[in-house]
Amino acid sequence: MLRDTWLIFQHQFKALLRNPVWILVGVFQPVMYLLLFAPLLKPALGVQTNAEAYEIFVPGLLVLLAIFGGLFQGFGLISELRAGVIERSRVTPVSRLALLLGRSLRDTASLLAQAVIITLLALAFDLRVFIGNLLLAYLMLALISLMTSAVSYGVALAVKSEDALAPLMNTVAQPVLLLSGILLPLTYAPGWLQGIADWNPFSWAVNGVRALFRGDLGAPAVWQGLAIMAVLAALAVAWAARLFARSIR
Amino acid sequence: MIKTLGLRKSFTTRHGTVDAVRGVDLTVDEGEIFGFLGPNGAGKTTTLRMLATLMKPDGGEASIAGVDLLQDPGEVRRRIGYVAQGGSTLDDSTAHEELVLQARLYGVSKSEARARTARILDSFQLTDYAERKCKTYSGGQRRRVDIALGIIHEPKVVFLDEPTTGLDPQSRAHMWDEVRRLRDEGMTIFITTHYLDEADALCDRISIMDNGAIVASGTPSALKKEISGDVVRVGVALPAAAAAALSGFSRVELHDDSVRLYVEDGATAIPLVIRALDSAGVALGTIELHRPSLDDVFLTKTGRSLREN
Repeated sequence: MLRDTWLIFQHQFKALLRNPVWILVGVFQPVMYLLLFAPLLKPALGVQTNAEAYEIFVPGLLVLLAIFGGLFQGFGLISELRAGVIERSRVTPVSRLALLLGRSLRDTASLLAQAVIITLLALAFDLRVFIGNLLLAYLMLALISLMTSAVSYGVALAVKSEDALAPLMNTVAQPVLLLSGILLPLTYAPGWLQGIADWNPFSWAVNGVRALFRGDLGAPAVWQGLAIMAVLAALAVAWAARLFARSIR
Repeated sequence: MIKTLGLRKSFTTRHGTVDAVRGVDLTVDEGEIFGFLGPNGAGKTTTLRMLATLMKPDGGEASIAGVDLLQDPGEVRRRIGYVAQGGSTLDDSTAHEELVLQARLYGVSKSEARARTARILDSFQLTDYAERKCKTYSGGQRRRVDIALGIIHEPKVVFLDEPTTGLDPQSRAHMWDEVRRLRDEGMTIFITTHYLDEADALCDRISIMDNGAIVASGTPSALKKEISGDVVRVGVALPAAAAAALSGFSRVELHDDSVRLYVEDGATAIPLVIRALDSAGVALGTIELHRPSLDDVFLTKTGRSLREN
């Protein structure tokens, strides 16, 4: 299984590197947020320094990237389905879990590469974060990305068409985004909104990453966020791997 | 090599249940090219996909290369190759990359996978294109890559679903040669086709499928013989005299300008016809032999012509 996963991962990663534009495209939007949106934050959040504003904003931005990056990976799978690549893999004795995991881990690796670039840029804007905390935050991002890309692959296998996948993913992503406090912390939200947001697992993840960036390693939000994301990632992977195993058409 | 008994599959659609395959019994021997002939929608691909472990049968049993399909599909996968109708490569990958990965997915080591890839690229005359992207290949080249991918793990049985659909005549002939070469190397080949000439020219044995069931099986020549025999058309100025002279044949039909004889084997009948007319003093105009096609077989078995589809 590990060998199969590694083979699929390598192959998928090579395919990604053939088209290196992805990294620029993937980083372009977050950088725009950093440059054009973040300057509004210092006055809006009522904080004293740029560093404080970035401590709040960069974690949200990274989680946003992990959610959206993952949710739209299904498109690549649909073209592979159409080309017959998936069917060809299914006739081999390769592990079905590896077919999913190789792809999802590729997505996670590319997300982490983007996260590193954004973190480095944010350092230029006075953001400061302990390396240990940063690594834990990256673990959280990796779990998010694993989950969302597995969900996206699962949905892609179920609907088998870009036309259905795009609106579906957008419909899911928008409320998830608004209820997670990604752009502005939900501490500013009225009580009823906070109540709903508590049911959004990503809002726990965002709180966890913010705590880590604040340097508050002991905050309950850290382990709570990691635990919730780990469980959801495991569920998503198990579900999507089952869809890979099931014969379709 | 392949044996099935009562293999069945139905699909539920919005308009009700469709019995795509209703009880297929077949036997494929080792080292033969076995063809599944039938119109689109006859259930050929569904049967093939069940045998290739891509779809679970609703009923019946099957054993492939000595392994029970339902009990141990994983082991069946190790022993078979499958080449889908719609192709199996992404536009942006290269034949070399895909072949090495495919071999490795069967547990082959890296160095062995590379060696096999080099050999197979060479035998399919693909070495020159191996490092180019698949989208630059011609239809025939791309199909050869598909087949190479299907046999890189040296399976005992390979399933080819409509291997020549969409190919130009030259690529088609080339593909037939490749398939025969694989058979000569000891592989058992199971192909589906809706081309009569392909089934006739390429397959050692065929089963004709229509509407989810097998309607006839045998070698192409035996099937044609069984159905209609040969027709010898004798063009003469005086058909009545010719018919009298040929009264020794069992089925003689009188036409305006000719006589038609229905015989078992036209090739051996022709000398007899000529001799009979000669000794009766009837002047022979023309003589032609019409061999029945598989379409005649299909027509007799199903009441429809395959060409109408």
